[in-house]
Amino acid sequence: MSVQPAMPKSWRVDTKPHKFCPGCGHGLVLKALGQAIDELGIQDRAVFGCDIGCSLLAWDFFNVDTIQTHHGRTTPVITGLKRANPNLIGIAYMGDGGGYAIGSQHLVNAASRNEKITVILVNNTQYGMTGGQMAPTTLPGQKTETTPYGRDPEKTGYPTQGPEMVAAITREGAYVARGTVANLRQLKNYLKKALENQMAGNGFSFVEVLSTCPTNWRTNAEETWKMVEQELPKYFKVGEIKVPGQKEGEANG
Amino acid sequence: MPDKPIEGEKRVFMTGNEVVAWAALVSGADIMYGYPITPQNEIMHYWTRLAPKYGREFLQTEDELSAGFTTIGGVLAGRKAFTATAGPGNTLMQEPMSMAEAMRLPTVVVIQQRGGPSTATVIYSQQEVTMTTLGGNGEGLRIVYSTATHQELFDYTIKAFNTAWKYRFPTFILGDGYQAKMRESLTIYDPASRGIELVEAEPFFGKPGVPGVDRPPTQLRNTYNVEEELYEVLEGYFKDYEKIAPEVAEHEAFDVEDADLVVVSHGVVSRACKAAVKELRQEGIKVGYFRPITLRPLPVDAIRETANKARQFLVVESANGQLARLLKEAAFGCPVEMLSLFKPGVGITAEDVVSRVKEIAG
Ligand SMILES: Cc1ncc(C[n+]2csc(CCOP(=O)(O)OP(=O)(O)O)c2C)c(N)n1
Ligand code: SF4
Repeated sequence: MSVQPAMPKSWRVDTKPHKFCPGCGHGLVLKALGQAIDELGIQDRAVFGCDIGCSLLAWDFFNVDTIQTHHGRTTPVITGLKRANPNLIGIAYMGDGGGYAIGSQHLVNAASRNEKITVILVNNTQYGMTGGQMAPTTLPGQKTETTPYGRDPEKTGYPTQGPEMVAAITREGAYVARGTVANLRQLKNYLKKALENQMAGNGFSFVEVLSTCPTNWRTNAEETWKMVEQELPKYFKVGEIKVPGQKEGEANG
Repeated sequence: MPDKPIEGEKRVFMTGNEVVAWAALVSGADIMYGYPITPQNEIMHYWTRLAPKYGREFLQTEDELSAGFTTIGGVLAGRKAFTATAGPGNTLMQEPMSMAEAMRLPTVVVIQQRGGPSTATVIYSQQEVTMTTLGGNGEGLRIVYSTATHQELFDYTIKAFNTAWKYRFPTFILGDGYQAKMRESLTIYDPASRGIELVEAEPFFGKPGVPGVDRPPTQLRNTYNVEEELYEVLEGYFKDYEKIAPEVAEHEAFDVEDADLVVVSHGVVSRACKAAVKELRQEGIKVGYFRPITLRPLPVDAIRETANKARQFLVVESANGQLARLLKEAAFGCPVEMLSLFKPGVGITAEDVVSRVKEIAG
């Protein structure tokens, strides 16, 4: 008899098993988030906002009030909610396309205003839901449906360094980190800190998560894991980038 | 902190944008999210001056997409949130308002129409009728009040908050650049002093208890997996909308009983039409006056009744037939002949209307 690993308490059992493809990183990120919500005891006042993209599959994922909004617009929805009721804990959950392409001006401006919300951005280096097109985070040389010969940075630029950008434009009080589904204990820790930072009223909290999309990468288990463990961190440095109260350069993974 | 911005009634002389700010205040609006665009800017200017005195909030967002979506966030939190925009801002506003439509969220948006298409003029038009009534992808399940006077801007802004929260459809006040910027006298009042009860806002999110333990979680989405699922949801919405339409629809009319020709207009243009009809009547010409106040839902029964009696409708608007299209659909099958006086993006005077009627009469 196989023993099922325990689900986070804040997960909604009747909507499991979830709808992500086998091997998808979204499920792992949401597990870490569920554990963070449990450990902080905020299930009653957390609001989960998910974007268009594969994240929308999480619209009924938690036993938490949830809104599934438009592509790139989760940040302003959660901003508006948090401004109107600061007692709620607003979580905006999106993909790299939602956060860095169509919704980038919302991300930039929410970060600049130091909105007291938590943004979690899942970086799987392409647009999952629409079938694997190039994203701002696609690696140089990476093949996608719209870069069939590999991304040429001369023509389409280099991968967006999201957390680094957010760290550069936020002021004191912001929390910025990059985690990975290859290290869930660390990821949960970052997510918890990002939520605590909001609860303390310090400022904007942002966690990018390096994640897998075996379906669009067309990778088997071994290759998928090699990509997320070895290839992605070459371009995207895992670790804490900005921590309130710590001097720059002190933060680390 | 005083909680009543106005005690009883007060006679004032104000611009339309100032009127809107006062009306939102007495309607119990908690928070405005906005992005500057002429001619609605002063709504934000007055709101940011008045709001802190009454514990209300404001956020200037990065664009109208954000203004609309933050308004939605405010509504989800259970606050009377609103925004205001115009022209190309209204274009951007249609994306969030399509979502408000999909989720039946009581958003309130004030539109002060300017010229179009694109940036056009910053002054005036009636060219945002199609976009405001039917904009966005979807079917246009929303409520649109077209105001004609500053008094109406005040009255209907109060009403818009009540309608939105009562029926849960996105609600719009459709003004224009003239109404926004010109000054005129009106009476502002505490709604309670006139027996107007304010509909309470209710939180969608963050109700007491732990979701999944003490209560089901509130989970809203606007993406459906299969066609049938969406169809079923929409069928319910259409039924609701059909049911409330006759309760919500409003119009104003006079001298239509024996009229051969009825002048039909909306918003500020109807003031010129009203003056023209009175003048023409004095000259013994059998004209009538009809004005839909709600452009969505339209007062279809009243339009059809009038269209079955009169021989001709003269549709007058500062647009190239945006109101006329709505009327033609509403009056489909009625024997009325549709004539027009269209001046897209330009104001219309009583003289314009009088001479057009005389030209028709021969
Ligand atoms: C305004 C708008 N443009 C385009 C789309 C189509 N669309 C749906 S999902 C998606 C990409 C999502 O990619 P990402 O944000 O990276 O999330 P992922 O699916 O990879 O998790 C796009 C472009 C849309 N829904 N709305
Ligand atoms: S397409 Fe990719 S990101 Fe989307 S659910 Fe499947 S594996 Fe996950």
